Parts: sequence; structure tokens; C-alpha cells
Amino acid sequence: MSIAWYLAVSAIVFSLGVVGVITRRNPLVVLLSLELMLNGANLALVAFSRMWGNGDGQILALIVMTVAACEVCIGLGMIVAIHRRRLPIDVDELRELQG
Amino acid sequence: MSALLFFIAGFGAIAGAVGVVVLRDPFFSVLALVGHLISLAILFLLLRAEFVAAVQVVVYAGAVMVLYVFVVAYVGDQSESLQARLRGAGPNGLGGHGSIGSDLRLGGAILGGALLVELLIALLGTGLGAISSKGAGYNPGRVGTESFGTAAYIGNLLLTRFLLAFEAASFLLLIAAVGAVVLARRRGGLGEEDERDVLTPLDLLRPQGTGTMAEGVGGPRR
Repeated sequence: MSIAWYLAVSAIVFSLGVVGVITRRNPLVVLLSLELMLNGANLALVAFSRMWGNGDGQILALIVMTVAACEVCIGLGMIVAIHRRRLPIDVDELRELQG
Repeated sequence: MSALLFFIAGFGAIAGAVGVVVLRDPFFSVLALVGHLISLAILFLLLRAEFVAAVQVVVYAGAVMVLYVFVVAYVGDQSESLQARLRGAGPNGLGGHGSIGSDLRLGGAILGGALLVELLIALLGTGLGAISSKGAGYNPGRVGTESFGTAAYIGNLLLTRFLLAFEAASFLLLIAAVGAVVLARRRGGLGEEDERDVLTPLDLLRPQGTGTMAEGVGGPRR
């Protein structure tokens, strides 16, 4: 298979993630769509790594996975904190950042 | 064979991504993302990234998705109800959310399509034709140095050339763990009066503000 096919899949997944971030209002689904975008980027990184026969892209993909895990950790902690304060779980309602 | 596997996995990845965006219930969105991640791991395997594929399945589809499922179960059914949005009533009774929502959805779809076209032009239309797109040579049975994409290869790179990135990532994980504990901890703030009203005999015995661990974790009990 040509590398271009993998890049096309990665572009489609990234764009779907962008659409999810823009259109959905539940912060949980927004976080899931962020995961989609990071995974699209990961697929492109691994494909380029394969294209050059060089492992640097795979290392970068692993680092991206670490950053994604940290982001999930903080994001889910924030959602639990929002739920504790009985605020609506909705990104349109949560306009103010003041505690 | 590899082409067949690519089309199956690629279709699975795109279908999972569509499911995440389209499905109403966040729980089903999480399940769609698990399917997406497993299909993506198959694509990684086809690209000879064995270690990355294994990490994808174990860490992402295993650990992170379990965390998501726990939070979805804890937060409960907050799914956006389609009927309420079609009727034009928001979750707090405000009118007019439905039309705003459909406009937003249309605008998001247009923006996503434009971004997809731009990305495809950027990725496929330009200089990629100049390079061999079949990928570099791959010799699985190479003796001596580690072959491409295995755990030994990745470990060798991580502990030699990318040692700084490796240490920075571990430090980032530590900071994120501390941050999650701080964010999700119980604090004696707004909306938790029912939990603060419990007075145990220990509170009477102990003088105020002595800096005990109970105060640090549970907030000052008066």
C-alpha cells in the first residue's frame, strides 16, 4: 500500500475530530473528539516514520500518546469537579471561568 | 493481503470516528472510540510500528477508555436529547437553542470539509510525489542491530537520542496525576453543605487549624 492512503485516512480522522469539537456540546464528547485529532496526527507520524525508515516519528507518536493521557486526566478531573458543583455538563452553559 | 487488511482497518477507523461525532449517548461514543483505536492499531501494525500498536491497544483502548467509561458512569446520562433540541428548548429551559444548534452543526460540517480538502491538498498534492511513497526497505530478519519498530528499537532510541523527551514525558505524567487529584478532590466549597455538616467526635477532640491530614484532604471542618 502506498503511504498516501494512510495519510488520507489520517486527514479524514483529523477532520472528523475537528467537526466533533465544533458541533458537540458535551465536554466528554469534546474530549473524545480531541483524542480523534491526536490519533489522526499519530497515524500521519507513524506513516512518515515508515516512509523514511526512521524511528523518530514513532517516538514522537509515543510522546503524543503521553500528552493525550495527561490531557484526558486533567479534562476528566475538571468534568468531575464541574459535576460535583452541580453545574450543567454543557460547554455552552459554562461560559464563565470564575470559580 | 495487506491491501485488504488496510481497507478493513481504515474503514473501521473512519467508521469509529464518525460514530464518536454522531452518536447521541456519550457511552456509545466511548465504545466507538475503542473500535476506532483498535482499527488504528491494525494500521500501525501494517506500518511496521509494532511497539506503538501494542501501546495503542494497552494504554489507549485499555486504560484511558476505562477512565472514560468510569467518568461517563459517574456523571450519568447527560446526553443531549434530540427531541429537546428539535423543539428548540435548551436544557435549562431557554428557547432558541435548536436553531443555533443546527446552524452550528452545518457550519461545523462545512468547516470540517474545507479543512479536509486543505489537508488532502497539503499532504497528497505537493512534494510527496518526489519521494518514494512505497516506504523504505524493511528487513525483518536482520541480525545484529534491532529491526525497525520493535520494542528493542524503540527502547534504544528512547534511552539514547530521545532521553530528554522521555524524562520530560515522565515528569508531565507526574504533574498531570497531581493536577487530577487536586481538581477532583473534595473541598469544602460551594454546593457541598450536606457533606460538611457531618460532625464526628474527632472534630470535638481536636483543636482547630492544627494542620492535620484530615484538614488538608477534607477541608477545614469549622
